[in-house]
Amino acid sequence: MKQSGIIDRTGGIFLLVMLAVAVLVPASNLLLPAGHPLHVPDYMIPLLGKYLTYALLAVAVDLVWGYCGVLSLGHGAFFALGGYAMGMYLMRQIGPRGVYGNPVLPDFMVFLNYKELPWFWHGFDMFPFAMLMVVVVPGALAFVFGWFAFRSRVTGVYLSIITQAMTFALMLAFFRNDMGFGGNNGLTDFKDILGFPISAPSTRLTLFVASAVALALGYLICRALVTSKYGKVLVAVRDAESRTRFLGYRVQNYKLLAWVLSAMLAGVAGALYVPQVGIINPSEFAPAQSIEMVIWVAVGGRGTLVGAALGAVIVNAGKTWFTGVLPEAWLFALGALFVLVTLFLPRGVLGLASSISERWKARRPAATPTPEPAE
Amino acid sequence: MMRLPVPPALARILALPLLALLLAVLLPAGAAHAQGQADISAIVAKFANDSYSDTTDALVELSATGSAQAAAVVEALGAGRLMFDPATKAVFIRTPAGVVDAATGAAVANPPANLSVVRANNRVRRAVDAASGALSLLNPDPVRRSEAAAAVFKSRDAAALATVEAAIAKETVGSVKEALEQARAAILVGKAEVPEAVRLLAIQKIIARGDQEAISLLRSLPADAPASLKAAAEAGIAKVEQNLKFWAVAQNVWYGLSLGSVLLLAAIGLAITFGVMGVINMAHGEMVMLGAYTTFVVQDFIRHSAPGLFDWSLAIALPLAFLFTGLVGILIERTVIRFLYGRPLETLLATWGVSLILQQAVRSVFGPTNQEVGAPSWMSGAFQVGQLSITYNRLWIIVFALLVFFALLLVLKRTPLGLYVRAVTQNRRMAAAMGIRTGRIDALTFGLGSGIAGIAGVALSQIDNVSPNLGQGYIIDSFMVVVFGGVGNLWGTLVGAFTLGIANKLLEPFAGAVLGKILLLVFIILFIQKRPRGLFALKGRAVES
Repeated sequence: MKQSGIIDRTGGIFLLVMLAVAVLVPASNLLLPAGHPLHVPDYMIPLLGKYLTYALLAVAVDLVWGYCGVLSLGHGAFFALGGYAMGMYLMRQIGPRGVYGNPVLPDFMVFLNYKELPWFWHGFDMFPFAMLMVVVVPGALAFVFGWFAFRSRVTGVYLSIITQAMTFALMLAFFRNDMGFGGNNGLTDFKDILGFPISAPSTRLTLFVASAVALALGYLICRALVTSKYGKVLVAVRDAESRTRFLGYRVQNYKLLAWVLSAMLAGVAGALYVPQVGIINPSEFAPAQSIEMVIWVAVGGRGTLVGAALGAVIVNAGKTWFTGVLPEAWLFALGALFVLVTLFLPRGVLGLASSISERWKARRPAATPTPEPAE
Repeated sequence: MMRLPVPPALARILALPLLALLLAVLLPAGAAHAQGQADISAIVAKFANDSYSDTTDALVELSATGSAQAAAVVEALGAGRLMFDPATKAVFIRTPAGVVDAATGAAVANPPANLSVVRANNRVRRAVDAASGALSLLNPDPVRRSEAAAAVFKSRDAAALATVEAAIAKETVGSVKEALEQARAAILVGKAEVPEAVRLLAIQKIIARGDQEAISLLRSLPADAPASLKAAAEAGIAKVEQNLKFWAVAQNVWYGLSLGSVLLLAAIGLAITFGVMGVINMAHGEMVMLGAYTTFVVQDFIRHSAPGLFDWSLAIALPLAFLFTGLVGILIERTVIRFLYGRPLETLLATWGVSLILQQAVRSVFGPTNQEVGAPSWMSGAFQVGQLSITYNRLWIIVFALLVFFALLLVLKRTPLGLYVRAVTQNRRMAAAMGIRTGRIDALTFGLGSGIAGIAGVALSQIDNVSPNLGQGYIIDSFMVVVFGGVGNLWGTLVGAFTLGIANKLLEPFAGAVLGKILLLVFIILFIQKRPRGLFALKGRAVES
């Protein structure tokens, strides 16, 4: 990274784009008439909002993968846990308006013959508590997991595989009805958030703007982290872990901080995702989802943060387009994307853009695979 | 034909020893009847008297003959289809097809017009039930006989005692005789008028049976049973429960072995590609899936063009699956993986992409639904060991998994290819300097691992749904097995597969299937913290590279 300031040129452009998006999309939706070519229709708002939450998730994945060398195949778990925390709040807000009309118990609990609220559901009727849980629960899981894994120096592929095992185990657990999280169906039928009806256009616009703000803030936090001295050490850990350790750094603590922060950001992304799509269920924990998140980052450009956000939007917009036009071809396209990006675009779209620019060419030829660091 | 001198109801209760004696006399005649040459016309003629006591007598006599026609007559009487002609005293059975002679079963061309039904009252109906049960006990087919004995054991119908004893006297097949004796014991143990010593013996007999049925029988001992009997039953229940507990564990271990063999099959190809070559092959599950689809295609072809070869379909599919998936593997290695050596995380992503493409390709060609793969006759069925039921397909898969494992071990340890593979893995540059074409060896090794995944698919097609998602279900488990066992060590894979399989099945009774699996995953996550390189870790410089 050449620029030493928190906001470099790409970052500046990114933040400007976020600002523009946060202002122009609502403006176009509200001010322009429905027939206008630049009008953003109502149904697009939650869709675009969903992309923004995915982008935040991708930034979180990039923080650990791009700067710390930890390829997490389990970030879907943190995302889903944040989503479940938000979902629990939204479930409690339904109150007596559920199908069974029980003022305290959500519908699925009445259906499953629960007599009282399980202990871990208490407090989720309060918004601040729920929001605290959105970051605390994924953060705590990441802390415990990372504490053990990094201290025992589980690295590389092994770490990837056990993160995958973690999200797989959580998926199996959340599929169980007696876990108290709605089992297979998950949490849905939300009515309102903070008193505002959840499907009203104004609520959706607010959530959209909130997602854009969260993405910008998430980016700034990560960027501040990686441009600091701490960030330099983090990159050193990525490139030569043993050497950094021998230089006297406590590698596991550096990794753990990035890891926990990344999990918390993923949790926030999940919490913003749930009210916009209206459902959270255990399939969010599926290992395949988590692997897909990694490819967003790879497509955009690993270790750039902005690229991760860009990749998430590109891949998901592509997914929306393909599943609408050629549903059969989507997995072919996604599969080919995995192969082609790893083979031909090791630095992603952003890397490609920079390699085209002259300055990049002057420094070193593009697309040379980075040599393996000596251990 | 002899006629019993006393009313049957009385005979059932009082004349047990006498009956046994009588039956001994009847034995030769009975044996002849069992072969179907019995002449039951003298007995059948009694039905024409249309007196309840004669009918009941005739039923008892019929049941002693054990002939098939007697069974037909008893059934007809129960259904109200047994007719007689009051004028000629001839007895007939009315069937949907027409009227047949009751004694011979031969069709009667011009039946008399004014047939009347042989009437039945409750006593007759009870006799009909007893006789039909008894006739099954005397059925020429040993399977039917042992079924009937099991039914008597469950019903403990005291009325069946006489016939059971008759059947025991006649029985020649050991296992059926045992079942009959258990049935007799079940009846005797509940009868107050039987001497205590005999009942105690009967309890021993039931305990020897040693299953859930035996426990429920011992529990339902009459309240007025003598204390010694109750004590014996108590002790017996404890003993049987102990026995059942043992068999339950044995059953779980067997299921665990079976699951372990499945895991071994799924993981063994990965032990080559991941364990030996260090390639994170996320498309490994899809290789298994392709192998299963090869089996489907082979069977489909055989069904249409050579149905006679169906029992050989798996044998034909094995080499084809090996070749096909092996070639696909070589193709993937040459086009994708070889550019990514030394970059394991990128390999992971690229092979995941390959797996998505393969899944969607299969889905496009064969459709998203499950394909039916049949089992050859030698893989269907089951046999019993103690309280353990062992199915042939599971047994064959265990045998097959071990065969594949040892064959692979042999290839790696005893063939030139194996030598080259080990050389290239241990020191690629040195191997190249010695003239080994490392690129070719890489391709062949990857092909070998993929081919083995393919033949695993042939075996797994027998116990799993053959669908495009088949491989997805195995990929995480396979990685767990290889990582748990220790990368680069085939023996570790073997031990890992069976350990995880058995542990999973032993956890299931306490934790349930899903929670058991979760516990195991958590265990593996913790285990990797403790031993990051698995159960049997490689030592030395190779570990660090």
